[in-house]
Amino acid sequence: MTPRPPDPSAPAVRRAPARARASRKGGKLDLDPLTVRKARTLARQVGRPIVTLAQQHTTVSVERATLRLAGLEGADADGIPWVNRLLDAVRGDVGIEHGVALPVWDALVRGEADDLAVLAQKASAGSVRFRVPEGRDLVRARAGARRQVGAGLRRVDARRRERDRMVKRYGDPRQQPWIYLIVATGDIYEDMPQAQQAAREGADVIAVIRSTGQSLLDYVPEGATREGFAGTYATQENFRLMRAALDESSRELGRYVRLTNYASGLCMPEIAALAGLERLDMMLNDSMYGILFRDINPVRTFVDQRFSRQVHARAGIIINTGEDNYLTTADAVDAAHTVTVSQLLNEYFAKEAGLEDWQLGLGHAFEIDPELPDSFRMELAHALLARELFPKAPLKWMPPTRHMTGDVFRGYLLDSFFNLAGTLTGQGILLVGMMTEAVVTPWISDRDLALRSVRYVLNAAGNLHEDFVPAPDGFIVQRARQVLAEGIDLLERILAHESRTGLLDAIADGTFGLMKRPADAGRGLDGVAVKADGYFNPASEILEDK
Amino acid sequence: MSEGSILRPYGDTTGDGMVQLSFTLPVAHSKVAEGAAAQLANKMGIDPALVVHAQPMGPGFTFFVVYGRVNHLVDLDKVEVVERDYPLLSPKEVNLAIRSGLRRRLVVVGGCIGTDAHTVGIDAILNIKGFAGEKGLEYYREIKVVNLGAQVSVPRLVERAREEKADAVLVSQVVTQRDAHVHNTQEMSAAFREAYPSDRRPLMVVGGPRFDETMASQLGVDRVFSRGTTPGEVASYLTHRLVESRRTA
Repeated sequence: MTPRPPDPSAPAVRRAPARARASRKGGKLDLDPLTVRKARTLARQVGRPIVTLAQQHTTVSVERATLRLAGLEGADADGIPWVNRLLDAVRGDVGIEHGVALPVWDALVRGEADDLAVLAQKASAGSVRFRVPEGRDLVRARAGARRQVGAGLRRVDARRRERDRMVKRYGDPRQQPWIYLIVATGDIYEDMPQAQQAAREGADVIAVIRSTGQSLLDYVPEGATREGFAGTYATQENFRLMRAALDESSRELGRYVRLTNYASGLCMPEIAALAGLERLDMMLNDSMYGILFRDINPVRTFVDQRFSRQVHARAGIIINTGEDNYLTTADAVDAAHTVTVSQLLNEYFAKEAGLEDWQLGLGHAFEIDPELPDSFRMELAHALLARELFPKAPLKWMPPTRHMTGDVFRGYLLDSFFNLAGTLTGQGILLVGMMTEAVVTPWISDRDLALRSVRYVLNAAGNLHEDFVPAPDGFIVQRARQVLAEGIDLLERILAHESRTGLLDAIADGTFGLMKRPADAGRGLDGVAVKADGYFNPASEILEDK
Repeated sequence: MSEGSILRPYGDTTGDGMVQLSFTLPVAHSKVAEGAAAQLANKMGIDPALVVHAQPMGPGFTFFVVYGRVNHLVDLDKVEVVERDYPLLSPKEVNLAIRSGLRRRLVVVGGCIGTDAHTVGIDAILNIKGFAGEKGLEYYREIKVVNLGAQVSVPRLVERAREEKADAVLVSQVVTQRDAHVHNTQEMSAAFREAYPSDRRPLMVVGGPRFDETMASQLGVDRVFSRGTTPGEVASYLTHRLVESRRTA
């Protein structure tokens, strides 16, 4: 390659690191702090009524998660979990408006059964009648529920301390970003050795993709599973097995290997509880993904999401949000601002639920059509915008999928540019792209080549961000400002909707990802109930520190 | 340029027959491993085979890149392909065809019938999330999708199809115990034939991993899709049958 001719801006480039340090406050994009504050204020105004809505409702899954935290495990002969059986019996007698805890612990206090498991069996046989207790019975039921659910949350706390100890002993990944690899054969016993091999090859985070369709099941399957469709079922036993396998890898490799799964779909709160109990480290958890892409009822999703995030906050789990999905359905340039808006909303909802900055793996993706002129500069602008809007969050950087054509050679090049953009803009979690995306599930050689690209880029250009300072008012800076301005504009339009919950209207009229999702439709709506006066949930109380 | 219908691969000279391939052998890297790679290439008709790159992957695997001259010829006259009986359209083309040919949205009602709770198939085709990198039918602006989900009874499916004035009914079946998928589908097609005059009946399409695409008449449906079918194929087929054929009829 011939060296580029010296250009007039060269001295400025040499001064760049010093200047970057000097202007660290404004960041490389020199975003206007007032504009950034305005964006956050708008996101809060959009999100606040949704939180109120979530506080006013409960769902079957929130109530089942409460039973799981109280230690109720297992399933009947048909594979239906006992938490479903018990909840359905309670719901049949008194509904879920008062929460499942009062009727259940009232029955235990009355001596209907010695423990939850026996109570669930008796209830599903129809030999227990539930009621909402009052007076002294109410006090005793509350105390019993709080004690038992509290013990479950202390188990979650213990798992969090265990993670802290292991991270201290084995250490975090030595490089930024963390390298995130997907494993999923459908068979947990096949997944484990594959995950261990991926860790050996350099993966810091292993994600076990779920079986297609699990998000629409209104129960969590039980036990170790060996059959799945394009993924492996998320079950408590599968979580436990995979965590144990990666603990082995952590010892072998001298770095703590993290495990990821999906707290999404109809059982989001229950999966979150199981993740906390089995020491998963990251969970995919988006505020709107289920609504838009799975047609799950919006109210159900927001209620479930708030509870699951409270559990994640407690468990020290890093959430990964799903903004990449918007760009797989809409154009990555035109819709760039919907990603920013979703990130702002995800941040608001996450913090409201108690998550801290280090737990916010806000998502975005490298999905701009590579045929467009300046596509890479736009990618850098978008990625840098996310970086600077959320300076303390470990951003989740997702590889190209939409423009992966089956031309594996070109795909490899695109993935390498994706890696370069990731390191250049300080992304926290890099999901490794496979050149065989859209061709086959990754082969061992695909994974090896992909990791070699990551290693090459990090080794060759891992510190290039020190020198990379976009020209003030140049293309990248202007593009980032434009996306932020469009995002603010969209938030204002959402607020301008007539009803108080403008976000629900915006979702209903197709603002995000082109999908129209009205608040009174979608899956799981029949599992939502308005809380009655005197609603009681010991898990929510403890999680909200009441 | 080669003469006639006989072809050889082209590297940089006409007739050189050069090909490249890559593969992994489950063996640690060594001279023997490279010899094994060359042997495999020889057996594939590549001679001489140049193992240009061998990369160890972990303790028990080696990745190879091989270049070489393949001694096979291909005869264009003897190529046999099964042509799809409908053209594959992009979502844009599907939307355009429906808009101009039907002048309203095409209505699709779908679900899993019988006790089958596996909505994997129907969701892959209908949900916007889609399958194999293709967006589901919900993504198509001109297609109205009513996904009834799992365990839909046949009478309910007929009822909803009537209510929605469905142009097509899509059903997926995964569970195949005691041929449940066959019986369920036959029950469904009979019910639709009974409920509709033959010229008003919606197009009936079933799909599932254990269906054979030649079974349509036995099942009494218009089309069977088997494993690996993508939403784009289904959308193209529906457009072909419901829009294009109508226009030419």
